[in-house]
Amino acid sequence: MTLNLLVLAALGYVAFLFTIAWAAERQAERARAQGQHFRLLRSPLVYTLSLSVYCTAWTFYGAVGYAARSGLEFITIYLGPTLVFVGWWWLLRKLVRVGKAQSVTSIADLISSRYGKSNALGVIVTTLAVAAYTPYIALQLQSISLSFAAFAGEDSIAPRQMALWTAAGLAVFTILFGTRNLDAKEQHPGVVIAIAVEAVVKLFALLAVGTFVVWGLADGPADVMARIESASRADWVIQPGRWLGLTLLAGIAIVTLPRMFQVLVVENADERHLAVASWAFPLYLILISLFVLPIAVMGLDLLPAGQNPDMFVLALPLAMDREGLAMLAFLGGFSAATSMVIIASIALSTMVSNHLVVPLWLWHRTRQGQMQGDLRGLVLNARRLAIGIILGLGYLYYIVSGGGAALAAIGLIAFVGMAQVLPAMIGALYWRGATRVGAAAGLVSGALVWLYALFLPSFGPDVFISARVMEEGVFGLAWLRPHSLFGVDALDPLLHALFWSLALNTAAFILGSLASFPGPIERLQGAQFVNAFSLAGEAEGSAARGWMPAQSRIEPEAEDLLAMAQRIMGTTEAQTFFQAEAAEQGKQGYLPDPTPAFLDKLELKLASSVGTATAHAMIAQITGGSVVSVEALMAVASETAQIMEHSAQLEAKSEELARTARQLREANELLQKLSVQKDSFLSQISHELRTPMTSIRAFSEILMDDEITGEEQIKYARIIHDESIRLTRLLDDLLDLSVLEHGQVNLDIQQANLSELIDKALIASNSVLPQREFRILRSTDDEQIMLKTDTGRLTQVFINVLSNARKYCDAEKPVMRITVRRRGPKVSVDFIDNGSGIPKKSQALIFEKFWRLTDTHKAGGAGLGLAICREIMLNLGGDITYVPGQGGAAFRVSFPTALDPALPRAAKQAVAE
Amino acid sequence: MAQNHCVPGESTADRASMTKAGHGGGRLVLVLEDEPNISEAIRFILHRDGWTVISHAEGQDALEMIVRERPALLILDVMLPGRSGLDILEALRADPALADLPVIVLTAKGQAADRERAMRSGASLYMAKPFSNAELLAAARQLVGV
Repeated sequence: MTLNLLVLAALGYVAFLFTIAWAAERQAERARAQGQHFRLLRSPLVYTLSLSVYCTAWTFYGAVGYAARSGLEFITIYLGPTLVFVGWWWLLRKLVRVGKAQSVTSIADLISSRYGKSNALGVIVTTLAVAAYTPYIALQLQSISLSFAAFAGEDSIAPRQMALWTAAGLAVFTILFGTRNLDAKEQHPGVVIAIAVEAVVKLFALLAVGTFVVWGLADGPADVMARIESASRADWVIQPGRWLGLTLLAGIAIVTLPRMFQVLVVENADERHLAVASWAFPLYLILISLFVLPIAVMGLDLLPAGQNPDMFVLALPLAMDREGLAMLAFLGGFSAATSMVIIASIALSTMVSNHLVVPLWLWHRTRQGQMQGDLRGLVLNARRLAIGIILGLGYLYYIVSGGGAALAAIGLIAFVGMAQVLPAMIGALYWRGATRVGAAAGLVSGALVWLYALFLPSFGPDVFISARVMEEGVFGLAWLRPHSLFGVDALDPLLHALFWSLALNTAAFILGSLASFPGPIERLQGAQFVNAFSLAGEAEGSAARGWMPAQSRIEPEAEDLLAMAQRIMGTTEAQTFFQAEAAEQGKQGYLPDPTPAFLDKLELKLASSVGTATAHAMIAQITGGSVVSVEALMAVASETAQIMEHSAQLEAKSEELARTARQLREANELLQKLSVQKDSFLSQISHELRTPMTSIRAFSEILMDDEITGEEQIKYARIIHDESIRLTRLLDDLLDLSVLEHGQVNLDIQQANLSELIDKALIASNSVLPQREFRILRSTDDEQIMLKTDTGRLTQVFINVLSNARKYCDAEKPVMRITVRRRGPKVSVDFIDNGSGIPKKSQALIFEKFWRLTDTHKAGGAGLGLAICREIMLNLGGDITYVPGQGGAAFRVSFPTALDPALPRAAKQAVAE
Repeated sequence: MAQNHCVPGESTADRASMTKAGHGGGRLVLVLEDEPNISEAIRFILHRDGWTVISHAEGQDALEMIVRERPALLILDVMLPGRSGLDILEALRADPALADLPVIVLTAKGQAADRERAMRSGASLYMAKPFSNAELLAAARQLVGV
């Protein structure tokens, strides 16, 4: 088989991949245009196959070589990922969840985003990844040129030239598919499909070679097992330390290698695909490693000694003249190498452009004062350039290192380098206390140990590190020897470097985190990462995305925030604040980007209105869920409780106010009524005074005339006299009433028998209309009650009631019945006549001042009598009431038998009742 | 009922005084007043001036009495038992036959508002108590055109 044919086959295969990728890309674009998902990409099978990018040329060719040299140890490279996928799927799930939620574009972006969008961390991880990957890519170039050499035999072109062409070809392919467009999510459906196809090709090729070896060359599995048994050598013995270390290393690599992160997280279309991959990917690994040992053993048995065991997969079919199978094996190895290089360079170029080129360019432009413009062109070109540089570096490493080192060893160096990201990554996902300082310290110290103890020595003595330093350490310090740091020299160099780099890395990370304090964005991001599962599933947080956030997601969010802020702060103030913030971000209008800084400000603003916890929760709700911890909810609850308490207090106060207002209104009404009463009282007094005055004046004027008879003179003088007395009595009554009403009366408390008081009153009232004969009915036995009260005033009341009866009782034979009843400390005396009584409509009025049943003259008073009686009785702690339905006018006078003069009027009454 | 009905011819003294003063000219004056002493004072003053005086102390049947007696002048107290003086006055003014009857309203309520009410109700003249005898006499004479 000629080299030309081989090159043709390789080119044809690349063209085939190109076609698949292009078709897939077209399909995906068409689906996206129709608002659908590309169904093939949404398949968990494609996702699982794309994960096989883990299996590089190193796996394809190197595993056999590894097995030939170290026996079963190669298994560890598959064991680590298998354990992670089967046992640690929850870590992968969280990684995928966070990566999608934060629109993470690479592993460097993940670390940078978690630790407060620190670009310094991005730069560190990117540098580390480029350094670690350079030999790894060189390894792929080496394996491809080796495979060409194995085919072509002696007449092959120089391997270096072959590697150069390979690197250039891969660069073109990657640029064509990896940098076609710029998407916020950095997904490349065409490439993923192509990688999946390659996964099938390399698996099929290896299985085909394995089948040929086991059933074609050997006599079935039993024969192979026997050969393995006999081929066992001393260095095939399992070393537990190495096994453990390598398994751990491979397990770490599956999550930290940039290309694995690219397919595992960035290109992931659906989190649920992980469920299938958690068993399907280990299955793939088992299948691909199934025939490794048989091929190695058969190669050792059948091929001439000195043959590079790394090329057994290719060499066995060639030696048996199976050119077709050899071609398949070549394409399988080619697939493994190209898929790794393509994905790795996409991942690395993304990191380089996002964390190195664009920030530098932006910094440069900012210094020149130009901030406007489209960055897309710049980013794409930066990536294309980065792909070229990365493959160039790989080629350079291949040249410098001479291509002598075994494939597996080079791969493991890369593994250890990328493993340095692990502490920062685990901390990012599970430790809220992890800080930027800690992450940087861990990464840098781990990377330095890796460089010094593993990477630089890998070039061989005297390339970067002199043989003397290797032997004696820097400055002759033995504990700084690269392969036995701190005097530990029992381990082999790989495990030694792995142990010390990870140990120092982790220690620096933890100490740095504990010693430093996270900034606000760091804390926000930390919460978003660590609590990824407690957040709303589809929500994309307010926090760090890639370098260019999706515009469509932001606008409604800012709008919602404005709507909410308007409700809380008031329309004008909210709009002013938002406009100012937008202007600060260099935007027109009212909608600033909801950056963490802006959200913090907004939260502060809102917190002044609704309380910190509530403001936080409200913003979190709109920006798609942040940490709503139990404490936050408790804080909201307690704030709410406080608000409710306040509002209850306010309610109580407003009720109180309403009550006061009602009382004031009533008091006001009372005052108005009193004012009206006072006016009417004055008017009535005026009337009562004017009436006798009129008579007095008129008769005085008559008397002044000399034309009157002596008889008339006497008659009129008497009228004047009577009216004067009437005036005096009126004034006396008014004064009396005033004193009684104000409770300022001086009571003259004396002991007396009730019966005697009634006697006295009956005699006194007889002077009123003495011509009328009244029959008095009384039971003097009942009246034998000793009283201790103002007996004079009480008698005055009795007289008034009896006099009224004499005046108004209209019965022909008037009868007055006096009934005394005693109930406990209280006595009531009823005065009932046999007249027509008081009309019902007047009963309520008779105790009012100036009220008269008939005309003034007949009543013989100003109409103050009963009003005075009532005032007296109230002062005596009793009352006088009209009792209807007694067959005549009936007044009941009730009072306590013993009066305590010290009590005020109202209290006396209360005691009495 | 406290009612003093003094018609000419009943008493020689009345006649003598009537002829002696003559200003009243025997014209009939009705006094509606519930205070007997005031009523007596007015009766004395006007009678001495030659008026024929009828006194009445009840508001209820006052209007019928006016219609029956057809006095030349009415002296009306506002505060009457049974029916308010102003009420009687309004009813009286509503009767075309009595609309022109001169009425002197007397009241113990001397405020301006009371005066206005009285004038609105159709009083010819308003006098507050206590009054001067001479003024009352002059007013009575003037109203009947003596």
